[in-house]
Amino acid sequence: MEQVFFTGLQWSDAWFLVEAAQKSLWISVLSISVGTVLGIIFGWVLHEGRWIAAGTLGTVLDAFRSIPLIIQLVLFFNFFPIIGFPLDPFQAGTIVLALYTSALVANVARGGIESVGEPMQRAARSLGMSYWQNLRHVVWPIGLRSVLPSWIGVVLGVVKDSALVSVLGYVELLRASQILITRTQEPFAILAIVGVFYFLISFPIGRIGKRLEGKWSS
Amino acid sequence: MDYNFHWRPVFRALPDLFEAALITLEISTLSILLGIVLGMVLAISKMKGPWPLRALAIGWIEIARNTPALFQLFFFGFGLGAFGLHLSPYMIVLIGLTYNNAGYLAETFRGGINAVPETQVKAGRSLGMTATQVFTRIIAPQVLKIVYHPMTNQFVWAVLMSSLGMLVGFRELSGETQFFASKTFRIFEYFAVTALIYYVIVKIILGVSKLIAWRAFRWGN
Repeated sequence: MEQVFFTGLQWSDAWFLVEAAQKSLWISVLSISVGTVLGIIFGWVLHEGRWIAAGTLGTVLDAFRSIPLIIQLVLFFNFFPIIGFPLDPFQAGTIVLALYTSALVANVARGGIESVGEPMQRAARSLGMSYWQNLRHVVWPIGLRSVLPSWIGVVLGVVKDSALVSVLGYVELLRASQILITRTQEPFAILAIVGVFYFLISFPIGRIGKRLEGKWSS
Repeated sequence: MDYNFHWRPVFRALPDLFEAALITLEISTLSILLGIVLGMVLAISKMKGPWPLRALAIGWIEIARNTPALFQLFFFGFGLGAFGLHLSPYMIVLIGLTYNNAGYLAETFRGGINAVPETQVKAGRSLGMTATQVFTRIIAPQVLKIVYHPMTNQFVWAVLMSSLGMLVGFRELSGETQFFASKTFRIFEYFAVTALIYYVIVKIILGVSKLIAWRAFRWGN
């Protein structure tokens, strides 16, 4: 009898991989956007907050950076049903990735705020700018320049780390490759294609980061 | 909330988890040591090597940095299976982590070496030092100081990355936790304790490295 479970690579598989790559990108973009906004707010709290707020938040964010992402994913995924909100893998994955991103961005954002010299901020305030005007028109544009390369580094990391959401059963690029490998028994070719996908996403981002670093470091 | 936490099975498994934590430490330490040696070779190859060596180094570094670590593990795990090369889970994780560490560290070392002005070599040489003396007494200490902090970070990442062993069937801390969790269905409890263990491991590594840095880099501040 002919084998029906193992079939060779077909054109529909290429589409399957492209779709999975889109899912990888989508969960990355979503969690990076949410995580960046949260991270900037957290970074501001870390810089400005009194020691209770800054200390507590700092400790929590530090935990996100000290525990493997895969453990965080499993932990959160199994925690939500306990408090009565079962989440699907996509939701749980996005939440954890966004929080993880925010922990990384918080540090970057704090560094950005601190890179703007105190004298310049005092000058802004004595010109009659309000606290928020100073943040918006002085700290933001100058700080952004100094930390944009680090932020791109974070983005690069999160895009790659999004592969770990596969552990919850979300069919992103890497998980899709596993499914295809199981069916076609052609691990090398499929993994090579998937590697190229990731490379094509990450490499340009890294290049942009490097270019900005060179341009703005002076 | 109608969930009852059961911590007892976790406590009973603690000795096994600690033992697995030692495996985690062992494999990450080994992979970082190998990664340092290979990273050094890659950095020098990329900077000064003949073109085939340079191309190899660049390929290694770019793939290590631009694809997920889990993908790299899968590649060494299943990808090589296509050539009839089946590695044990231990080797998959060790080779995968080493590959990744070497790629990242190579760029760190390159930055460190570039940061020391070339004129210092000439100055040292004209003072009558041999090339080896210049390297070991002038260049190496400065490079070490620059790359020390990123190297510590890489070690922490290696510990965190080793948790991916769970997905290729390696029983380090995460794999062992997964094993117990699926036996008892106390997934949350087990992974909460494991998260704590990782946290403590990372804090210890950072603490010790700070201590070493404080003692080793007292010069030149």
